[in-house]
This record gives sequence, structure tokens and C-alpha cells, in this order.
Amino acid sequence: MIENIRLSFQGIWAHKMRSFLTMLGIIIGIAAIIAIVSTIKGTSEQIKENLVGTGTNVVKVELYQGDWNYTSGDSQGGNKLPVFNDSLKDEILDLDEVTAVASYRMGSLYNGIMYGDNLVNNTTFVGVDEDYFSVMGYSVKKGRLFTEHDRKNFNKFVILDTVAADVLFAGEKDYIGKTVVIKNDAYVVIGVVEQQDSFSPKVENLNDWYTYYYNDASGKYFVTDDIWPMLFGFDEPYNVVVKPRSTEDMTKAGRKTADILNDYIGANDKTGGDMSEEESMGASLKYRSEDLLEKAKALQEVSASTSKQLIWIASISLIVGGIGVMNIMLVSVTERTREIGLKKALGARKGVILAQFLTEAAVLTSLGGMIGVGAGIGLAYIISDVAKTPVAISGAAIVVSVVFSMVIGIVFGFIPSVKAANLNPIDALRYE
Amino acid sequence: MLLELKNIYKNYIQGNMDVPVLKNINLSIEEGEYVAIMGPSGSGKSTLMNIIGCIDKPTAGTYFLDGQEINTLKDRELSFVRNKQIGFVFQTFNLMPRQTALDNVGLPLQYAKVPKRERKRMCLEALDLVGLSDRVSFKPTQLSGGQKQRVAIARAMVNQPKILLADEPTGALDSKSGIQVMELFRELHERGTTIIMITHSDEIASHADRMVKIIDGELITGDGISDTESNISNEQPESEIMHTYDGINADSVGQEVRYE
Repeated sequence: MIENIRLSFQGIWAHKMRSFLTMLGIIIGIAAIIAIVSTIKGTSEQIKENLVGTGTNVVKVELYQGDWNYTSGDSQGGNKLPVFNDSLKDEILDLDEVTAVASYRMGSLYNGIMYGDNLVNNTTFVGVDEDYFSVMGYSVKKGRLFTEHDRKNFNKFVILDTVAADVLFAGEKDYIGKTVVIKNDAYVVIGVVEQQDSFSPKVENLNDWYTYYYNDASGKYFVTDDIWPMLFGFDEPYNVVVKPRSTEDMTKAGRKTADILNDYIGANDKTGGDMSEEESMGASLKYRSEDLLEKAKALQEVSASTSKQLIWIASISLIVGGIGVMNIMLVSVTERTREIGLKKALGARKGVILAQFLTEAAVLTSLGGMIGVGAGIGLAYIISDVAKTPVAISGAAIVVSVVFSMVIGIVFGFIPSVKAANLNPIDALRYE
Repeated sequence: MLLELKNIYKNYIQGNMDVPVLKNINLSIEEGEYVAIMGPSGSGKSTLMNIIGCIDKPTAGTYFLDGQEINTLKDRELSFVRNKQIGFVFQTFNLMPRQTALDNVGLPLQYAKVPKRERKRMCLEALDLVGLSDRVSFKPTQLSGGQKQRVAIARAMVNQPKILLADEPTGALDSKSGIQVMELFRELHERGTTIIMITHSDEIASHADRMVKIIDGELITGDGISDTESNISNEQPESEIMHTYDGINADSVGQEVRYE
């Protein structure tokens, strides 16, 4: 076998130009596949990275009613769900996967917020606890955050995110300390925050991208959760956001937190009137963790499936390359008829001749495959440079490519090798 | 009896015509004999040699080699016979051009699945036998004609076959190299190898113990060799080209001539 491989390399080296041209089809096919796979993988890793984030690895655990995010809003009455408290928070913090916890509640006001003559409708309010900003990765851009003093005194202060500030103050710069009107009540703007490492979509070819963002065009307004009842008139249920120990722990941290919360509110799927008072509180309500990893996976699948078609097209090049190999192997068999005849006269069995030519074809295409892998990696970086897409080289793809090109050699080398093996020794020896 | 040919016929098909090349050949050769097969171009002597060497099959007749009936053997068994029992020496050497003398000599051992180390030892021994110990790693292009033929003889002998078949072994050599090859054959013969050699030349044939003449596919043995020989050479002078492959009558077998 080793001798056959050595012979194959001798043969390939003896016909450098011909061998290279024969390999070209395989090289192009493999290069295209490697380039495509690397680009897909790069894109898909970027999706994951962007979704999961690097600085703001947090999992939101929000209350759902059926399939919908539960918000009572200002048009509905309140509910009797037990209030989030410090012991619950400690219980969640005790989880191995969790490093930080914050609670918040969210609601929207149709007759939102007014500054001067500028009325912004349908605004999203977030009632935050003392840990919310740090867990969510917000930093102060202007002004300050809420203090303990603000909370205790039920100060009517509001903090805006950058989007909200742009919308409400429309270009006005010096708005810290200004008074805005919410529900006919005056609130003072004490700060503007922005999220670090916020999700910035670099992948533009995915329509789905935005569906995975909380895309609120009018921004968010933050108040302390202590003054929430003043704003909404009743207690909105709490949502929780946890910071997992690592990205891999995200799913677990989210699920475990959701379990604790569901246990606490006595979540159940019961409907109808045949329930105790306790059961009816938790009926059809449930905390669910927002699984970013799964969402990332779904997005990756979208991107991968579009590119799979490209791989099929590239595979056609491999078939064409394989036919080229078959052609050259047939020529090679004809050229070496005398050699085959001699070997048979010296006692080489059919299998020996077959193995020799199959090895030669396989070595030829494997070599092509390896060169193709190199060319493909180069191509991937060129594409990434031109199209500004990320690259991730897949080791598995490289191994599969080389093995696959070897298989092509064996498949397309088979007919010529059988032809060689079946030559009649006397005819072969006489051939000139 | 080492080999025995009984009523061997060989026809080549040309178009829809059957062209007889060998007609009713009966030949027996004992172990240890040194036989020269002589005959003009197209007389069928190479065809006869190919049949003896198990690389061609007779149209009719039986062939026993070392007690085995060759006609009944399968392809795999024939390969085994060619590998173990027969050593070929060709007029044009037929060495692998890109492989060293050592690797060339090792080919039959490779097919016999001899372990690598053992193979090398046997090859060196065979090359030593033909006096080329100092040319072991030379490639055929770096060797003279005589040296090439000696490498070919080493290759033929490396598996210690019972029979050495030589088709015009000196045909492509100058007279000095030819004499060396003949000396080598004599040596091998003295060691007990059965040698069957095809030649045109009386002088070369005179090295053999026994001469067999073949004319128009028919075997002529015994006396009167020199008579027929002189007739033949008058009839059909040998040309350079015809030396290469002269198994078939060039006039009657157009299909085969194509290859010559």
C-alpha cells in the first residue's frame, strides 16, 4: 500500500502539468465548498455572538399568559399575584448558574409622556429595582441613576434610554432636570442610560434579525418600581432578569429561575371555575425564560439552509472534476499498457493492478482536495474581506472534504482501474 | 518432465479468418535443460514462448508445467505460476524506468508478498549474482544495455523460478554484452535452472544443449538444423524492426502487425 502511494506520487510528479489540470476540477469544487462552509459558520457564530452578547449575557424570565407576554396594561385591572421579594431573590441567587438577579416590571401607557408640546404615545415603562441597570449592562450617559433616597421618598423621577431621549427631546440637548408629564403628573428627568454591547446587527441578509430584538422605536422610560403603583394604579407582576455564570449556563439559569418563580406564584394550567382561590391566581400564567441560545440556533438554521443550496451547486464541480479524473486515468491506463502487461507477466494478480490504479486516482484527488482546502480557506478570507462577513474555519469540513475527494477518486478511478486489471497480459505486453 | 506440450494449436483471428500460428506442437523439456528455440520471423516461436510462459493461452492442446495442467488454471492461479515458476527476460528489457535497479528486481517478490526486509536481502543477492552489486540504486536510464539486461535477469531469477524464459535476450545488445549475458545463462544453467531461449543466431543458439526449430508454426527437431536454417535466412532476411516482436507472421496477421 505504502509502495503504491509512493508510486502514485512518482507518477503524479512525472506528469506535473497534467496532474494539476486533472486536480483542478476537484480543487475548485472543494475550495468553493470550504469557502461557503467557512462563511456560513462565521455568520452563524456571529449571530450567536450578537444574540447572546458578550457583555450582556442575561436571561430574561418573563411572565406569560398562554403564549403571550403578560402585561396588564392600564386598561386592565390588577392581579393578586404575590409580589417579588428579597427572599425570592436570594433563592435565585443561590443557584449555581446565576451570578446576579434583578427584577423589573414592564407596562405601556397609551397616553404616554409629554414634554412641552411633544406627546409620545404608547410608551414602554420599566419599573426597576436597584440592580436592574447593572445586570442589564446599562451605563449612565447623562445625569444619574436612582438612589436609595429616591426610592424611599417615592420621588417622581424618570430615566430615559437614548432612543427615548431622542424621541422626546427631539434634538434638545440640555434636558436633565426638565419636567415631563406622565398621566397628568409631573416627573423630573434625572438621567439617560445606554446599553453597553447592545445587539448590533452586522448580518444584513436576514429579515428575521429584527424579530429577535425588542425593537421599540420610541425607547424605554425607567422609573423606580416603588412608584409603579402611582403610575399604573396597581401592581404589575414582576419579571426577572438573571446573569448566568457563563454563556453555556444561559439555558439552565433561565429554566431554574423560571421554576422557582412558577413555584412561588403557584403556576398551573387549570382553567374554569373548579379551582381553589390559590390555584386561580396562577391559572394559565407561567414564567418562561427567554432562551437566546435556542433563538440563535433557529437563526443559524435559516442562514445554513440558504447556503446548503450553494454547497449542492459546488458539488456539481466535484462531479465534473471526478469525470476529468476518470478521463485522465483512462489515458494513463492506455499509456501504461506495456507496464501492466509486464507486471502481469511477473505475476501481479488483478487485485494488485486494481489497487495500484485506484490508489493513484485516490492520491490524485486527495491531493486535489488538500490543495482545494487551502485555496478555500484563502477564498473565505478574501470573501470576508470584500463582503465584510466573518469567517470560521471548520475542522470537520476540512476532514470531510479531503475524505470526500478521496472517495471521488476511488469512485471515478474504478472503471479505468478495472480496465487495467482486466488486460490480457500478452496483449498488454505487445502494446506499443 | 518439467514441461510438456501436447498437440498445441494457436490461431489468431483476423477479421473472420482463422490464421494458424502454431500447428500441432509437441514438446517436452526436462528439468535442468538448456533449450534454444530457433526460427525465422513469424514462425510462431514467440507465441510458443508466451504459451510456455503462461501469458498466452493455446487455442487447442494441453500444457503441463511441473505436473499442473495450465489450461485449467484460473487467472489467480496463473498469476501465481508466472510469479513462482517462471522468470521472463525480454529483448527490450522492460524495466520500470522510474524505479531503481533494486526496486525493479523486487517487483516479483512484491507480488509474492515477501516481507520488505527479506525482499531487500533477496534482491541484493540476485543483483550480486549478475554482478551489479555496485549499481543497486541506479535507475535504468543510468545503466548500459548490458547492465539493463542483467538487471532484468536478476529480476527473473529473484524468486528462484524453475524456468527462465528468454526472448531474444541478446537481440538489443552489442556482442560484448551479449557474451556476458550468455556466460550468465551458462552459470545459471550450471546451478540447475531450466533455460528456454529464443534466438535467431546460430552462435547464440550454440550455447544451448538442445536446439528446437520452428518453421511456419511447425516444430522440427533433431538433425538437419543447419540446412533449414540456411534456407530460412535466404528466404526471409531479418530486418531490425522485425526483431521486436516476431511471434506472428507479418504477412498473414494484419491485426497483430498493427502493434509492431
